[in-house]
Amino acid sequence: MPLAISAEGVTKVHGAARALDGFDLEVPAGTVHGLLGPNGAGKTTAVRILTTLLGPDGGRAEVAGFDVVRDAARVRTRIGLLGQYAALDEVLGGRQNLEMFGRLYHLGARAARARAGELLERFALTDVGERAVTTYSGGMRRRLDLAASLIQAPEVLFLDEPTTGLDPRGRTEVWDAVRELVAGGTTVLLTTQYLEEADRLADTISVVDHGRTIARGTPTELKSRLGGDRIDVVVREPLDLAAAGAILARVGNGDPRVHADERRVGIAITDRVSALTATVRALHDAGIEAEDIALRRPTLDEVFLTITGVRRDDEPVDGAGGSRRTGRLGTGDATEVAA
Amino acid sequence: MSTALRRALPDTWTLTRRTFAHWARQPAPVLVGLLFPVLMVLMFGYLFGGGMDVPGRGDYREFLMPGMFAMTMVFGIESTFTAVAGDTARGVTDRFRSMPMSHFAVLGGRVLADMLHAAVGLLVLICCGLAVGWRWHEGPARAALAVAMLLLLRLAVLWLGIYLALRAKGPESVAILQILVWPLGFLSNVFVSPDTMPGWLGVIAEWNPLSASAGAGRELFGNPGWAGGSWVVDHPILMAFGWPLVLIAIFAPLSVRHYRGLGR
Repeated sequence: MPLAISAEGVTKVHGAARALDGFDLEVPAGTVHGLLGPNGAGKTTAVRILTTLLGPDGGRAEVAGFDVVRDAARVRTRIGLLGQYAALDEVLGGRQNLEMFGRLYHLGARAARARAGELLERFALTDVGERAVTTYSGGMRRRLDLAASLIQAPEVLFLDEPTTGLDPRGRTEVWDAVRELVAGGTTVLLTTQYLEEADRLADTISVVDHGRTIARGTPTELKSRLGGDRIDVVVREPLDLAAAGAILARVGNGDPRVHADERRVGIAITDRVSALTATVRALHDAGIEAEDIALRRPTLDEVFLTITGVRRDDEPVDGAGGSRRTGRLGTGDATEVAA
Repeated sequence: MSTALRRALPDTWTLTRRTFAHWARQPAPVLVGLLFPVLMVLMFGYLFGGGMDVPGRGDYREFLMPGMFAMTMVFGIESTFTAVAGDTARGVTDRFRSMPMSHFAVLGGRVLADMLHAAVGLLVLICCGLAVGWRWHEGPARAALAVAMLLLLRLAVLWLGIYLALRAKGPESVAILQILVWPLGFLSNVFVSPDTMPGWLGVIAEWNPLSASAGAGRELFGNPGWAGGSWVVDHPILMAFGWPLVLIAIFAPLSVRHYRGLGR
């Protein structure tokens, strides 16, 4: 499959900070790729370089087959960008916005008008098309923003944290719109801090931290290979939590994670069936009453924690973030999960 | 390159029309912008004018108008700044830059719209001047030259405004600009003679580009002006074209460079 986006060893220095530090990316045409990482990981810098807004300091990148530096003008005729903030003229109406952007894409007056009408219809904005954008809700604004980035039917669409600041309904609206696009064959690069979002929309995910890709694969691969399976026990008596944790520590790998407020304790395991059997037997022998026992795949939150060694609120685990940070992956190089 | 040039004009026009659409949707700020200088003329002409000494015992309003024309051109920097800084902060500028449009047009559209706005503002103020008894006495050719000189000043201020806006954090910074333009306006020969100021302050006022434009306006329209003395005061027309050209030569290339490499 041809690559819609490729980046090799891209670096970008902002002052003293390395925003990108040997960033690699490969996205096959027609797929959705999620760039997942915490604030300041370099996701937005990567998108700005790939959309020709920023020049890289080193490395090379191609979008739709064209170099983002040498062929920037050609790249611009093939991409759509949805930035972190709705990039709209707030004073103008929705229709006026789309017509203006259409003219600036050189569709011609009549085609720009027709395209604006089409897109308003498609994103259910026809009724509010004449109203000033200032009066729009967050979800409506985002939909109009998305419509504006689709005016020239882009080969590659960049979505930089498309649902940040939206309420759950607005989020679902944007997700539905993205799914529809992908069904039409558009390649999508999506950056997000929401693991759920990457899980729901992306075919493949790159986990980005400190300006480089530290893991990549499908959501399922990342979960099973990096996080491993887990077993969770919910006890009836909060007092039994410590004893249950001790039992799990013998069954599983590493330290059990306790969620006291849910009376739940969990641990990573290697063999699902034998771990389950051993846990049930040991709990029974110790006379601990369990409300629930479950085998499950880890959430992407846990995957991220495992890879980076840093909690999402950026607190080092056990106060030893430095050593744990790359501990699991050794050198911090990308772990190739895909087969 | 040739496609870029071919697109520059229609794209500039599309963005100029965008500003017209703004005026149609929100006429109030535009009207206030046009009427504010008129209010200033009435205030200074009728309230403070009686207490001002006019050189050669001329009419104060005859004296006042060229200074008001020049000051209105300089105050136009606020609307330029707000528009450019607003687009940059909201990401509209980024959207333009990611599109296959002429990048010259983003600045060109701003320049064209603001210059049209300035021309209308100047026309309103000239009508206001005629209504309060101001006249030009040196013939239409010299008067037209004065208008061209004033619009050149607006163009210079425009590029300065674009540059400052591209570097600013956001449109809120206009508050700083709004405060700074007032001392610039008063530290000039627009209302009083720099001769009456303390020595060094008078020198600054004489060299103020606004003083050059006001002085040149008085000479070209044939209105009463302050007595000369220093070289700058004796060559207002030269200064009134020189200052804006220097400012444009500095800030137009700087703005274009900064726009191309935003965040680079």
